[in-house]
Amino acid sequence: MAEFRLPKNSRITRGKHFPADSGASNIRKFAVYRYDPASGENPRVDTYDVDMDTCGPMVLDALIKIKNEIDPTLTFRRSCREGICGSCAMNIDGGNTLACTRANDEVEGDVKIYPLPHMPVVKDLVTDLTNFYAQYASIKPWLQSRTPPPPDQERLQSKADQELINEPAACILCACCSTSCPSYWWNSDRYLGPAALLASYRWLVDSRDDATGERLDELEDPFRLYRCHTIMNCTQTCPKGLNPAKAIAETKKMMVERKF
Amino acid sequence: MSLRSPLGKVLGHGSAKDGTGHFFGQRVSGLALALLGSCFMVCLFVSTDFSRAAVSAEIGQPINGVMLLLLSLTLAWHSYLGVQVVIEDYMHGAGSKLAALLISRFVHTLLAVAAVYAILKIGFGA
Repeated sequence: MAEFRLPKNSRITRGKHFPADSGASNIRKFAVYRYDPASGENPRVDTYDVDMDTCGPMVLDALIKIKNEIDPTLTFRRSCREGICGSCAMNIDGGNTLACTRANDEVEGDVKIYPLPHMPVVKDLVTDLTNFYAQYASIKPWLQSRTPPPPDQERLQSKADQELINEPAACILCACCSTSCPSYWWNSDRYLGPAALLASYRWLVDSRDDATGERLDELEDPFRLYRCHTIMNCTQTCPKGLNPAKAIAETKKMMVERKF
Repeated sequence: MSLRSPLGKVLGHGSAKDGTGHFFGQRVSGLALALLGSCFMVCLFVSTDFSRAAVSAEIGQPINGVMLLLLSLTLAWHSYLGVQVVIEDYMHGAGSKLAALLISRFVHTLLAVAAVYAILKIGFGA
């Protein structure tokens, strides 16, 4: 059956409190999920008082400040700090988003930071995305064409055709959408999830791709595609403003269209 | 712990090449239920006499009887499709899932046949 309670060794306990320096006046509390599998201890939530007068505006700035100045053991992924690499995806204030594009001011009260939901935790805010990336690989995210390319130029697309793939191609694979989806929580071993399905749709509507039928064949499965119940958490949470739910609905429409 | 590759795990047994009929059936039966259910509700609201004789006479009308049969069968079909989704979502043991799906199929078939039998019996006044 589905797990409605965390396993015993995953239940969260109260952690340590790291007070700010006595001179700080503009203090903000950051409650951060901490877990180190090597320690054998249960996860805990540590609270850090951060002096916002000496902190950047984004949640990622605060995390970097905590790591640099308060607690160097805090572990998280980050790279581009401008919302294009997807590394710093985490659950902030109850929603999945990128720490680098979520401003501290957008969060009311204490800033609560957890790893992406329902994923195995490697350490602290770092989750294991192996299955997520394998799902992306499984949809064959590359051009499959039986048409030989023109000898003297690239494969051409009309402006209208290009606009079809414009949005789905903007996905940065941060995994915010898939890990916000209850269907993905319960069945991520067989359901591909919104990110992989959005990537698949990007190739289904690519005018240069000749493998639409084969791609639909591979998706036509009660679990791979049809575990999507149009909950739409994916679209609500996408930090890039994309619409995976619509892409999945369009894919289902293609499935029905080819039946009749 | 399995050393099978992550991609191998995701690809699993391959695509079942199935699911579109279920998806389409859910929508079609939902739409049919909205129409049939509305007709049923209207009939209930305009009726004033709920005695056994009056209700039997109403069901004995060909159009009413056919609509009630359609409503019962569509309801059982739609319910079966929905319960199937719930079982597939939340039951993960292969044996228990298959058993639950079979039980659901038997129960829904039983309910549909019982409803048809009851409507025909009342309709034909047996």
